[in-house]
Amino acid sequence: MATEAARQPGAATLQTVEVRGFYKDYGRQRAVADVSLTLRAGQLTALLGENGAGKSTLLGALATLIRPTRGQVLYDGTTAEAWSPLALRRCLGVLSHEPRCYTDLSARENLLFFGRLYGAFADGTALTAACAQKLTEVGLQRAADRPARTLSRGMLQRLAIARTLLPRPQLLLLDEPYTGLDRDGVALLSRLMAAERERGAIVVVISHDLDALGPLCDQVAVLLHGRLRAHAEFAPGTCDGPALLRLYQQASAAGAAAGAGKLRRAEPRP
Amino acid sequence: MTSASFPRQVAMLLWKDVRVELRAGELIYATLLFAIIIVLLFSFAFLGGAPPTVEVMAGVLWVALSLSGMLGISRSFEREREADTLRALLLAPVERSALYLSKLLSVSLLMLLLCAVVVPALCLLFGMQVGDAGAWGRLILLLTLGILGFAAVAALFGASLGRARVREVLLPLLVYPLVVPVLLAGARGTYAILYGTPESLDDAARWLKFLLVFDSLAVMGGLWLFEPLCATE
Amino acid sequence: MAMSTDPPALTKPAPLTTLWLLLAVTSVGMLLAPQLILRAPTEPTMGFVQRIFYFHVPCAWLAMLGALTCGVASALYLFKNSDKAEHVAVSAAELTVVFGLIAIVSGPLWARKAWGVWWQWDVRLTTTALLWIIFIAYLFARRYGGPGGRRLGAGLALFGAADVPMIYVSVSLWRTIHPKTSVVPTLDPGMRPAFWLSMVSLHVLFIVLMQLRVRLERARARYNALHLQAQDAGLIDD
Repeated sequence: MATEAARQPGAATLQTVEVRGFYKDYGRQRAVADVSLTLRAGQLTALLGENGAGKSTLLGALATLIRPTRGQVLYDGTTAEAWSPLALRRCLGVLSHEPRCYTDLSARENLLFFGRLYGAFADGTALTAACAQKLTEVGLQRAADRPARTLSRGMLQRLAIARTLLPRPQLLLLDEPYTGLDRDGVALLSRLMAAERERGAIVVVISHDLDALGPLCDQVAVLLHGRLRAHAEFAPGTCDGPALLRLYQQASAAGAAAGAGKLRRAEPRP
Repeated sequence: MTSASFPRQVAMLLWKDVRVELRAGELIYATLLFAIIIVLLFSFAFLGGAPPTVEVMAGVLWVALSLSGMLGISRSFEREREADTLRALLLAPVERSALYLSKLLSVSLLMLLLCAVVVPALCLLFGMQVGDAGAWGRLILLLTLGILGFAAVAALFGASLGRARVREVLLPLLVYPLVVPVLLAGARGTYAILYGTPESLDDAARWLKFLLVFDSLAVMGGLWLFEPLCATE
Repeated sequence: MAMSTDPPALTKPAPLTTLWLLLAVTSVGMLLAPQLILRAPTEPTMGFVQRIFYFHVPCAWLAMLGALTCGVASALYLFKNSDKAEHVAVSAAELTVVFGLIAIVSGPLWARKAWGVWWQWDVRLTTTALLWIIFIAYLFARRYGGPGGRRLGAGLALFGAADVPMIYVSVSLWRTIHPKTSVVPTLDPGMRPAFWLSMVSLHVLFIVLMQLRVRLERARARYNALHLQAQDAGLIDD
């Protein structure tokens, strides 16, 4: 493939990311408590949990945007501070539920800009070809040259997917990536995530869409109230939506049991 | 895999900012119009009796510039914040200092554009007369240095405001007290240049030197503080 | 359920002995100072109003000191992530605002009597006024700046503290062009005891207030840490 050959040699390849005893406090609120997890290349890890469970915080820490109050995040055994910041961010791809694209530029221009920024391609022609290929992959080839603000929510999300995957990041973090996508979009994203996993990337996904996510998971972690309540590893292809749901229920039970001994806070006086 | 060199990163980011601003043309025009309106308002306030003094003209120039500049800067950062593209840039493998410099330069370009509107408006409405080419040269130099100082502070705080609810009011509150030396040097320097006598030109030279020092310190401060202010929680 | 490591904030509060001592010193000073001020020789040109000088000058100086402290503490907070430094920074900023206010209010009172106008664009007073505004903006940013408010404030404090010399130079350059009308009174030897007593008492007051305020911040941090510990132990719901 032309784009494959055009990739510059010596790209950093992350093999493992380890979270050890991760805590994050915001003043009086503990967002995440004592989470430990290992992520490996070629594995897709799903982070499940109710809203506010601390999943986005954990992802933020993996993306080096959030600093742990306690504990560490190790990238191939080294902390983020020990890495050269640019080298680490070059391996990183973050897809959020917000597209984070320039709405005044066209889809193609967005991709070209971010592609150049990541320096993932040897020269301009390789970059242009890769952008065109990515646009076709996500189904935006016909809308490629309109300003992004004219794109629908689903198409913007597809653009965001293309932007994130263009530099072929080694650590791929996805926070509710299915937001705004129609059924075709969901299938497309699942396909692309599986392809990234095959390529050997470390993939971490937060989502509530258990049926779409199920068949892709190699590892699942369930967070409730900031704590890791359930964890399981699956052989490739053995996981599915119902299995995730069972794990979720197991986690809720574990969480309820842990909370059974708590004193109720005093009722406010009338 | 190497990413682009530092100047190239700044250039890429700056070019992106320029293109985005040009595409959203109606917002630039609105800011330019705002600048003209400010000058108009000042003319209603000051004109009608005795002809306006050179001091008034110098003052109006810099107030109009800083008000419309602040508006343009707020709006520009607000757009980045709404789309959260700043976060995308913070995650990308670009030097934070390159990001800061590109913001500084794009803000400066915007304000130079505003000058191109405000100065002629002053010449027209207030009868401001700059003099010969030498005086114009000095004025342009003064404006450039003043704008760079203003932009150095505004770019730093504009980018670090985050998503606080009061951020629209907060930016002027943070920036204006800090750029008082720039406004003072700019207004007094402009007065000195417009006045045109050899002594006042000496004054103008003093103000220019002062601005040079301020700009160097402000840009260094911005480069130094940008990373911690935009950084991780 | 004991935690394996106590959070650093869960240390016992420092003993109050030095604080009581300093409070005693400053109380004595503050009680004595008015006596000495009243007994000091009257300045011929300005009369009674000149006595403002005895606390105006120390307050203005303490505002500067507060600003400098806040700047340094903010730098430590931003670059070393020291929460303790942040406590010192906010305390210093609040004191800058308080002492600055005293200076800015007493200055015009003096100016009115001395030169007939409330405001004279005196270099020092103007610089103090701007400093005051910057640190009010600091408190504003810290409180209303959202989650990143403390960092934003710290950046402002650092930039602001470094900007103060620039403000001073620009205003003084400006003022050299205008005729000088302010005359700094030379210190009559009879005035020295009153002046230095005021200076020292106010300095000690500054230190006492700083300590109290920093203790308050530390107590808040301790409370947060305890709250989290209690949550962990399952004693309270979130």
